[in-house]
Amino acid sequence: MPKAGPAFYGRGLPYLNVGPLRGSLIVIEGTDGVGRSTQIEQLIPWLELQGEAVANTGWTRSPLLADTINEAKAGHELNVTTFSLLYAADFADRMENEIIPALRAGFVVVADRYMYTAFARNTVMGADRQWTRDLFGFALVPDLVLYLKIDVDHLIPRVLEGKGMNYWESGMHLALGSDIFDSFRHYQSRLVEEYDRLADEFRFITVDACRPIESIQLDLRRHISNHLYRKKPARRGHAAGPRLKENG
Amino acid sequence: MTLTQPHSFPGRLIVVEGIDGSGKSTQLALLQRWLIAQGYKVSFTEWNSSILVRRVMRRGKKKDLLTPTTFSLLHACDFADRLTYTIVPALKAGMIVLADRYVYTAFGRDVARGVDTEWVRNVYSFAPRPDLALYFRVPIDVSLERLLIGRAKLKYHEAGMDVGLSRDPAESFRLFQSRVLEIYESLIEEFGLQVLDAALDINAQQLQVRRLARRMLRDYHGTIADIAASGGQR
Repeated sequence: MPKAGPAFYGRGLPYLNVGPLRGSLIVIEGTDGVGRSTQIEQLIPWLELQGEAVANTGWTRSPLLADTINEAKAGHELNVTTFSLLYAADFADRMENEIIPALRAGFVVVADRYMYTAFARNTVMGADRQWTRDLFGFALVPDLVLYLKIDVDHLIPRVLEGKGMNYWESGMHLALGSDIFDSFRHYQSRLVEEYDRLADEFRFITVDACRPIESIQLDLRRHISNHLYRKKPARRGHAAGPRLKENG
Repeated sequence: MTLTQPHSFPGRLIVVEGIDGSGKSTQLALLQRWLIAQGYKVSFTEWNSSILVRRVMRRGKKKDLLTPTTFSLLHACDFADRLTYTIVPALKAGMIVLADRYVYTAFGRDVARGVDTEWVRNVYSFAPRPDLALYFRVPIDVSLERLLIGRAKLKYHEAGMDVGLSRDPAESFRLFQSRVLEIYESLIEEFGLQVLDAALDINAQQLQVRRLARRMLRDYHGTIADIAASGGQR
């Protein structure tokens, strides 16, 4: 059943007639290395088994911007403002060309990270809070935000077992220290703190990600099932924070 | 830094604004010549020129991949990059920075493309306020004529073809740039733009530009080297 007009966090996309969105927008948030992509890889076939058409989108994955962002990161020439603007452009491109069209067509859209990632990182990097929030005013309010919460002591072995500590995820650009381990620990603690704060503010559903992959997956499925099948028709924006503006 | 408060750098920032074909770049080039001849240290920067977004912008424009929002954000990123690496260092060094187009271009064009007025102002809220902002006001037909004398045809985005107002480039230019002109008019008072009649002779305009620049530079004390040489007084 089509929902009432979609809600945006801020001033929306005035030039776009978004129309009714039949699908559901489900966001998986959490810090670097917490296991978001592993969980999403398992969620997609499960959702398809439930009979849902699924679209998958992720941070910095827009065809328009992905190369530019990777190159710029390799060259270490970005500051918090240019970083934010590139991420916002990537996000806007996916919002208009992937997320909204898929929601219109009735897909379940699974987003690996959402603008909360920028909110958390920007705060840690010292950008103006209000500026960052207004910047992402074109973002749809998701139907469900599932937050994979972990503490840094559980995070470290998981990252080291996986692809290791990299320059950006360790916050080396913030020059917190020359030792990558210390820097990672410090930077990721601050990020997690910020995510926890955002979880409160935007009413994320928190999932304890210190546990084994299978347990986390079961929790995620339970929350998604509740949202998709057991509730009365969800009102967009109800689950994930304040409704700031209606459009359409 | 903010657009509504004067900046506190020793340098000075002069920007030119106007629609395509208003002659602002010609005027800025002449001003640059003159300032250098007067012995000033000058740094020049131009809208949409940073290497950071050059490739994506070129590809996005060529293949018409940009939405009004991504168009706006990429230009903001270009601006932020030039601000970090060019404009602010030169202002801190006490130089005179000349900018061909500034945030007002985004306020005009992006809003004409349909993005929200308040949103785009917030996006650029980190920009320093110029010490002199010159707006070259020109009727659409004059600018169109100038552009068509200079080259064979109008550029796709300059004519606002992406907005879909008309299939005819000249007609699209007229419609799109009229919107931009209207917005510029509303910015004059809000941001204290100095209006110049861009239909006048080049030389007559340049004399006015120099007069305005000279007046603005009355309380300017030169580069940090000059300030140090004069005993650190500002």
